[in-house]
Amino acid sequence: MESQPILERLEILADAAKYDASCASSGTSSRNSLGSKGIGSTEGMGICHAYAPDGRCISLLKILLTNHCVFDCHYCINRKSSNVRRARFTPQEVADLTLSFYRRNYIEGLFLSSGIVKSSNRTMEQLIEAARILREEHDFRGYIHLKTIPEADPELVHQAGLYADRVSINVELPTDSGLTRLAPDKNARQIEGAMGRTKDDIAEASDAKRKFRHAPRFAPAGQSTQMIVGADAATDADIVGKASRLYGSFGLRRIYYSAFSPIPDASAVLPLKRPPLIREHRLYQSDWLMRFYGYKPAEVMQAAGVDGMLPLDIDPKLAWALKFRDRFPLDVNRAAREDLLRVPGLGVGAVDRILAARRHRTLRLDDVARLTQSIAKVRPFLCTVDWRPTTLTDRADLRALLAPKQEQLELFAA
Amino acid sequence: MSPLRHIEPDTCYLVHLPEPDDFDAWRERARTLIQCGVPPDRIVWTAPGGAGDLFAQGDPRLPVPDPEAPPVRASRRFVELARNAMLHTDAERFALLYRALWRLQANPRVMEDKADLDIRRIEELDKAVRRDSHKMHAFVRFRRVESDEEENGEHYVAWFEPEHHILRANAGFFVRRFANMKWSILTPRGSLHWDGETLEEGPPAQRADAPTGDPMEDLWRTYYASIFNPARLKVGAMLKEMPRKYWKNMPEAALIPELIAGAQKRELQMVAEGALETEDRPETLKAVDKAIHQCRRCRSAASTTRR
Repeated sequence: MESQPILERLEILADAAKYDASCASSGTSSRNSLGSKGIGSTEGMGICHAYAPDGRCISLLKILLTNHCVFDCHYCINRKSSNVRRARFTPQEVADLTLSFYRRNYIEGLFLSSGIVKSSNRTMEQLIEAARILREEHDFRGYIHLKTIPEADPELVHQAGLYADRVSINVELPTDSGLTRLAPDKNARQIEGAMGRTKDDIAEASDAKRKFRHAPRFAPAGQSTQMIVGADAATDADIVGKASRLYGSFGLRRIYYSAFSPIPDASAVLPLKRPPLIREHRLYQSDWLMRFYGYKPAEVMQAAGVDGMLPLDIDPKLAWALKFRDRFPLDVNRAAREDLLRVPGLGVGAVDRILAARRHRTLRLDDVARLTQSIAKVRPFLCTVDWRPTTLTDRADLRALLAPKQEQLELFAA
Repeated sequence: MSPLRHIEPDTCYLVHLPEPDDFDAWRERARTLIQCGVPPDRIVWTAPGGAGDLFAQGDPRLPVPDPEAPPVRASRRFVELARNAMLHTDAERFALLYRALWRLQANPRVMEDKADLDIRRIEELDKAVRRDSHKMHAFVRFRRVESDEEENGEHYVAWFEPEHHILRANAGFFVRRFANMKWSILTPRGSLHWDGETLEEGPPAQRADAPTGDPMEDLWRTYYASIFNPARLKVGAMLKEMPRKYWKNMPEAALIPELIAGAQKRELQMVAEGALETEDRPETLKAVDKAIHQCRRCRSAASTTRR
């Protein structure tokens, strides 16, 4: 196995890791390598060192330690019964590769995950060993994200958090029935149990840190998870409901949604076609509405249609506003922050700019235009001293006026 | 502001700054000019590298403020913004900042008015500079050269072309991150050299001064091509964050055209491979057993657990 050249193994193990959406490297403790023997820094903001043509940011070296796996999850390219090429790295090789890339400023750090070899514990030990080499032998101060294995011994999962900035456990599918059908070796209760313990560990460590400056860090960038969208029959309402429960119960920093993409050597229970990528985008928008705009999960679900799906042609915030037109138009010069946040087309930044500016002047429509991205989009929902939308807000064709123009179909689209 | 006795009412001043990114020099001169009550439209600012106003005329000597003149007020927000906006290449930046500082004396809260045109322009400059700095942190690519003088003979050298005067302001980021590495960053506006202990500034460099490759780049390109998911092509999203102007100094960017061209083909291939599994007829009983266990062609087979 190790006779395979490293280039070829990197190709296989990076390819196998690309279905994990997360690449975040932000929000961890601030540190640098001044006065140390090591290398690396984290200064709050994550850095995307490159972008791939799929529009995704490349911030971390995201690889699997191995894509050998004893599990047989249908949506996963690495499942036991798949015919993909297999490869593996040693923890030492992963550490060396991370450092070589880091020194050339290609990456912020490492995101290491793995197929399950031999046993969950054995695999977890190998993941931890790669992180240990980086942290202890090389005094590496960059970012480390470790995928933890819910079936592994809790003590091992705990150790991962001592080296990593972020740990994550994937819930994989939005419904328990989906998980039972598509990931027969996984167990929803076990996954949530591990997430619960990680939440407690994080809380305990940050508590200790407040009392003792030298208390050990535990996953200072928190924990995250990922859900696959479009591999089972779960509706957007199911997904939004699950997400809000997860945020509430486990204090997650992020939930990533990964639109199921067709994988080579797929299993027959899966849809062959990908769900529209825009669906994933709409779910992220609904996630943002809950986290930054003060929408309750039930309110986001109000934006969905009777089939439980969010509209694909317009964003969920606009969909909600069109349903509840009696709440508009708002007076820009008087409305409360939480109400302005509900205006389609006004982001958090624009709302804060409006609040700051209106302390100095009574806002007119062209003032608002200067403070926002698109005045055409927000105008039907706002009043200023010199503007009232009058009947615009109530027009039956408002949705058509505001929906982005459909792109012309590509002649040779696949 | 009451006019002061030291200046003639219509003298124009020509203020030359020693460096295009020297905020402290600008601040010192601006403070003097405000204290002397020189209004913004009577100052022409120049700095090396800027186009400047060829026909600008004025007194290059600064006036002397009255010792009794009131101190100049500037909010912390102004200083923070101005320090960064100063790094922009816009030749108007010095005058714009002076105008804002002038207005700040009469209205200390002018910075909070986000609908004001001057304030908005300063924020735009600040934003452009922050973006340029952020892209520098992200897109600088070091290449290793062996240097035989010292025992620890590794030297990492990068060639980068920033849009604004951000090199000096961002030295700290690279020092903190690569504290124990010996590195140089070469740019057309100047260069930085860190030997593990001290930082030195050098003259502008040329691309030819930097190394042309690094053996590690093959691995990096392999990684870049493999982590890309051809089933989710979004070229617009990539270009928004990684505009073409940066590509020429990034080893992985040479792959982009072929990755895009091959994407649809690769996705169709992935789907086709998923759909058609034509296998050879198994020859032995053992092979039949294995094939049965791996078969996923119908719903019932696919959802069974076997242990």
